Amino acid sequence: MNNLVEKLLQGDRRSAARLITLIENDAPEKKDILQQIYPYTGRAHVVGITGSPGAGKSSLVDELTREIRREVLKVGIIAVDPTSPFSGGALLGDRIRMQEHATDRGVFIRSMGTRGSLGGLAQATRDVIRVLDAFGCDVILVETVGVGQSELDIMHHADTTLVVLTPQAGDHIQTIKAGIMEIADIFVINKADLGGSGKMVTDIETMLDLSPLVNGWRPPVLTTIAIDHQGIPELWAAIKRHKAWRKENKAGANRERVRRELAEIIQRYLYQLISRELDERFEHLLEKVAERQLDPYSAAMDIIKQSWKGGLP
Amino acid sequence: MARKIRVLVAKPGLDGHDRGARVIARALRDAGMEVIYTGLHQTPEQIVEAAIQEDVDVVGLSILSGAHMTLIPRVTQLLRENGADDIIVIGGGTIPEDDIKALKEGGWVKELFTPGTPLETIVEWIQSNVKD
Repeated sequence: MNNLVEKLLQGDRRSAARLITLIENDAPEKKDILQQIYPYTGRAHVVGITGSPGAGKSSLVDELTREIRREVLKVGIIAVDPTSPFSGGALLGDRIRMQEHATDRGVFIRSMGTRGSLGGLAQATRDVIRVLDAFGCDVILVETVGVGQSELDIMHHADTTLVVLTPQAGDHIQTIKAGIMEIADIFVINKADLGGSGKMVTDIETMLDLSPLVNGWRPPVLTTIAIDHQGIPELWAAIKRHKAWRKENKAGANRERVRRELAEIIQRYLYQLISRELDERFEHLLEKVAERQLDPYSAAMDIIKQSWKGGLP
Repeated sequence: MARKIRVLVAKPGLDGHDRGARVIARALRDAGMEVIYTGLHQTPEQIVEAAIQEDVDVVGLSILSGAHMTLIPRVTQLLRENGADDIIVIGGGTIPEDDIKALKEGGWVKELFTPGTPLETIVEWIQSNVKD
């Protein structure tokens, strides 16, 4: 077994951090690492926290962590911030609100840049969740980048998804739009002291009255003032209720997740393969399309036929 | 393998002036690095834990309070105690020349940048001192 993985399973922080880096960087040893870790995963409860920039996601994660730590559970935090499409760099600032937990050995915090992903998370997020799961975290909080209306990747990775809103974030039409309003297992109206939170709650409850319930779970709408710890115990209680409800209803949608992940891995592999082949084997077809002697659809079908016949490597 | 340089920019101790740290953070971001900024008033213990969990290549300490002779050695010592002394420690701020000499010769810090240092100098220093 990989030495780092062995130490990870014993709870070594430095090894956890190193493994995460290797996975983020898509290092050659990534496949072996994940193969060895996989049997030790699937135990943590993964909570996704998403919402617009400045809604208070980091503060909420901070206070939620404090609440969870009262039960002496080990907490992993993955905080994602955007990578610049121009420089490839990133300023990861979510830790600022969480530094109180920095020296708590029961909390492990990791910041990630999106590195080109557009769904509100980094591509490596799912596998980083696995590292923290194998590390022994009971609860893993995954904070997405500040999102708009349709960055929904978190729903595929979290067991419980929190959508964090603030009062006065638009009229009631905003609450019946498709997208992010549909993925919440729990709605959180943070900064409830700003005023207008009552109306926001009513708007969302009205929206929920008209929504078909998924297996009988109606998302609760909670109000919080994260920086004062107000509403946080109630939020943690709601997360635990949702966890219990999932267990009761076997609402894991596990098969669907596995199917999606496999399709993604295969797609990524084939994409890399085909990109290389296009330059090496099919340059003449590229040329033809560029000179408009052949349309791109016919060229693509040609390439697929030729590759499939010879058997895909 | 897409390697990215990761840098922790930290403000240790009782020092509320973070404009410099934020300017540096921005410059490193624009040079394609991943910069973790942890905010004001950090203890050396918090900084070292963050550096380990974030698996950074470099810790950059910004100190304008005059407490550099205490804070910089403390961070370096804690990194050593945690077996993380492969992480490079650099610093910046209003640090007198004699102190720079003492800190560098004592092995407490790899490099120190004083006010007026061009941003490119810092970027290039990090790029050439972080091993692939």
